[in-house]
Formats: sequence, structure tokens, C-alpha cells
Amino acid sequence: MNTVRIANGQAFWGDSPAAPVAQVRGGDIDYLTLDYLAEITMSVLRKQYERDPDAGYARDFVDLMSEIMQECLERDIKVVANAGGVNPQGCAQALLDVAASRGISGLRVGVVTGDDIMAQLDDLESEGVPLQNLDTGTSFDEVRDRIASANAYLGAEPIARALADGANVVITGRCTDPGLVLGPLVHEFGWQWDDWNLLAAGTVAGHTIECGAQASGGNFQGGWRTMDDLAHVGYPIVEVSADGTFVVTKHPGTGGAVTTATVTEQLLYELGDPATYLSPEVTADFTALQVQEVGPDRVEVTGARGRPPTDSLKVSMAYSDGFQGAAMITYAWPDAIAKAELADSVLRTRLKDLGLPLRAIRTDLVGYNSVHGRVVPPAGSDQSEVVLRVSIWADDPDTVSRFAAEIAPLVMGPPGFTGLLAGGRMRPSRVMAYWPTLVPKSVVDPQVIVRDGV
Amino acid sequence: MRLIDVAHARSGDKGDSVNIGLIARDRSDYPLLVKEVTAERVAHHFAGVCLGEVKRYELPNLGALNFILTSALGGGGTTSLRVDAQGKAMGEALLFMEIDV
Repeated sequence: MNTVRIANGQAFWGDSPAAPVAQVRGGDIDYLTLDYLAEITMSVLRKQYERDPDAGYARDFVDLMSEIMQECLERDIKVVANAGGVNPQGCAQALLDVAASRGISGLRVGVVTGDDIMAQLDDLESEGVPLQNLDTGTSFDEVRDRIASANAYLGAEPIARALADGANVVITGRCTDPGLVLGPLVHEFGWQWDDWNLLAAGTVAGHTIECGAQASGGNFQGGWRTMDDLAHVGYPIVEVSADGTFVVTKHPGTGGAVTTATVTEQLLYELGDPATYLSPEVTADFTALQVQEVGPDRVEVTGARGRPPTDSLKVSMAYSDGFQGAAMITYAWPDAIAKAELADSVLRTRLKDLGLPLRAIRTDLVGYNSVHGRVVPPAGSDQSEVVLRVSIWADDPDTVSRFAAEIAPLVMGPPGFTGLLAGGRMRPSRVMAYWPTLVPKSVVDPQVIVRDGV
Repeated sequence: MRLIDVAHARSGDKGDSVNIGLIARDRSDYPLLVKEVTAERVAHHFAGVCLGEVKRYELPNLGALNFILTSALGGGGTTSLRVDAQGKAMGEALLFMEIDV
């Protein structure tokens, strides 16, 4: 095989349902990769799993596969997705059930588990693994009794293993996004786990497409006006060669564009130290990458360098951290801003009278300065209208509910209370906060099982 | 002149930090970015927003600078009360910066 064509069809849970279908039907690809898991998605899935042991994975993935599975099997397009959530086996079973009910034969589902370390937390603590917050250094004791999920980021290795075992669909739980791309490359090209530059190249290829159309014209600050047909934006495809060089492209006839500028914006997205991009199998260095256009909607990336990884794995935990609510009211000319400010002052005085225990309160004037604040000052203050948004954070839901009851009475404040933008009275929403930490690699043991359909 | 005349940008979140990739529209303007857009000036530009520190990394190979602003998202992710909780528009806020040519 000269090159392997790997497509991304989903950048996050809730991304376009049409994108993965278009990636399969728009032209030749060898692999379709799909990312469903944001940092705190696992805690939501764990709750679903506790209510129903058949749930706890990305159900959207099963719906998608029921649409494209037959075609993928016929054309030998392999699918790699982190759709398993906290229940990869349940997700695999749902796929096998769909195949059986449709009479689709030949499905082999590789299931990757071992990322869920929730049950190991006590042991890890007693072994002296600190589990402190990687960003803030805060002690794990602060949140230990509120932890709702704990998952290590697995990498490419178990995915490559599943493919070597004959899987044509691979389902993982928590896994690095670039790993979804590097796994297939290691499998196809027989790269070794100490081919540092090649592993880095595959990681960079994965980083380039992991956020979907952000590589191909979506969210493109450098020239969004020039992007044609964003309604049908083409999601990115990498054509990777055995030497690790790759071309970023998209299917013909789709919207957006792949240019050095769109690819460069994505290479920099969510990047830390560009010489030290950490992943389970390799530490990649972006500082010698070269990006050049080699044809229309074709951008070649070369020069990835790699070195051995650290001996830790990143872990993402979610913990319950109180409740929030936000009220939004639109005020209009004349004196829209002054009226919004008076309403805010009335509300805050009422809250002070009530003595509500708030962890935080914030006022924004949406449509005036709520995003850039003083960094980009508003041009004037004689607005036709402005939205007053007051948001709070409290430990208990009752405080948020009591706050909510103070919003409608503002109709007796400054004139022109136009009603609540968000509809009826706000409901307290539970906050699941993110706790990043590290564990030694030796405590995580990724398992691979391949399950055959009919 | 403002940065938006010579550069484009994309920003994203990592916990309570935001990263801003700043890219020269024309590769020949990269040295200008290196000279003008120092970590100190970026910290000043985002005074009151970035409550931590600003780190700058140079990527001459891409004609780009990468900035990390810590404690910049009001707690970040799901806990922030900010309208732009993930700092998606902060790259564009950087492009408002005046530079000397």
C-alpha cells in the first residue's frame, strides 16, 4: 500500500451527522475516524450507565453505523471511534445487534478497554500516586468524594492491536484523538514503537484532522469570507505515506478549502509547547514541520520529529462541583445599556438582602462587550438594544432556584423588560468540573477483544 | 497598524488556560511579529482577563507564534461563567493589538 487515506467524520459529540456519511460516499478512503468524547462527557455517560447497564456510550455512533455499516464493509473502509464511552462492550453489542437484524455479515468489532480507572483510585492513592490536579497542583483530597468518572487516555497501540486481530470496526473508550489515526498507520505500515519520527508524523496527522473541518475551512479566522459553501464543508482527509509525510485534502465538490493557512491554524489549535506534544507512544516536536500547497485543496506536511514518551499517562476525571444558572433579558433604546445596568444593580441588591450563598456571580452585556470586554472596547453606547445576562454559581440547586425567582420581578425595575430570552424560569444545571492528572503507565493495562458478527 | 492587518489567529482552551496561535499572513512579516508581539505586550493587552502569565513559543517554520495565557478563562471549561468560556474569540481579541511598523 503506497498511501493510507484516513478521514475524520466527527470532531465532537454533536458534530454534523451528515459529515461522516459524506466522508464515506464522497470518494475513496481507507479509514473513517470519529471522535465523540469531550473532557467531561464520560461523567454524563457514567450516569446513564448507572441507570441502564446497556447504556453509557455514544448512541449517535450506532445510529450512524446503521446507515453506513454495509457500505463500509463492502468497500473495506475501517472505522475507528472513541464512541465506547464508559461501556465499549455495550456499544459493540449494539453494533452487532444492528448487523444481525439487518442480515449484514462480516462485521468484526474490536473493543478496547482498560482506560476506566475509577475502581483503581483507592489502590492508586494507597500506593502513593498523588493524583493532584495537573494544572493547579491542588490536592486530590479536595475532590475525592465527588469524583464521577476517571479515565486514562489510551493511545494508538491497542487500536493497532485490534486491527491486527482483524477488526474492521474499532471502538474505544477514552483515547487520545491523534491515536485514532496513528493506530491505523502503525498497523498498515508496520511502523515500530521506537520509530519516533514516524510515530510523531502519525500523531501530527491525527492532530491535523481531529477537529474535523477546522482543517478545511471551518472556524477559519484567516479568510472565512473566502470559504465557499460552508453548508457542505468538506471534512479533512490525510493521505499518509510509509515515510510519514502526509497530504491533507478533502473530497472533490465539497465546501471549504484546504490551504496552508487553514492547515497551519489547525496545527496550532490547542497546542502547548510546540517542541513537546505529549502522547502515550511518542513526544512529538512541531518545530521543524513544513507545510506547503502541492495542488488544489492539497497541502503536504513534512518534518515531524519524535522522541520517546514520558512514563506517565494523562487521566481525565470529572467531579461534581455545584450548580449554575443564567438569566437573560433584552433591553432596548433609549438608554438600553443604562437600563440593563440599573436592572443588574436592582437584582444584586435583592440578592444581598436575601443573603444567598453564591460562589460566583457575573454580569455581561451581550451585544455590547460580553466577549472581548475592555480588550476591544465597544464603539459607542447608544445601542438599539442589549441583552443583560446574569449568571451565578452556587453549591446547592436551591440557591440557584431562589435566584431564578428574582428575575421576573425585574419587570418592575427599569422600563422595557421584554421577557426572558431563554424561555421560562431557569433551572439549576449541575456543574461537572474537570480534573486532569497523571498516573504511571504501569498501572494501566489496555485490553483488546475482537467480537465477530454473523 | 493593528495585528489583524498582517496576521491571523486561532485560539482554544486547555483547562483554565487559553492558547492563541498567531500566524503571519505573509511569511516575510514573521520577524515583525517576533519583534512586536512579545509575551509582555500580550500580557498587557489582556490585562484583567489573563490573571496568570503569558508564555510565548516561536515557530519560524510555520511563520507563527504560540501564546499560552494561564488563568484566563474564569475557571475554564464547564465551570466558567464567561460567555466565551473556551476562549474561542480570544485570538481575534489579540488581533486588535496596535503594532509599530
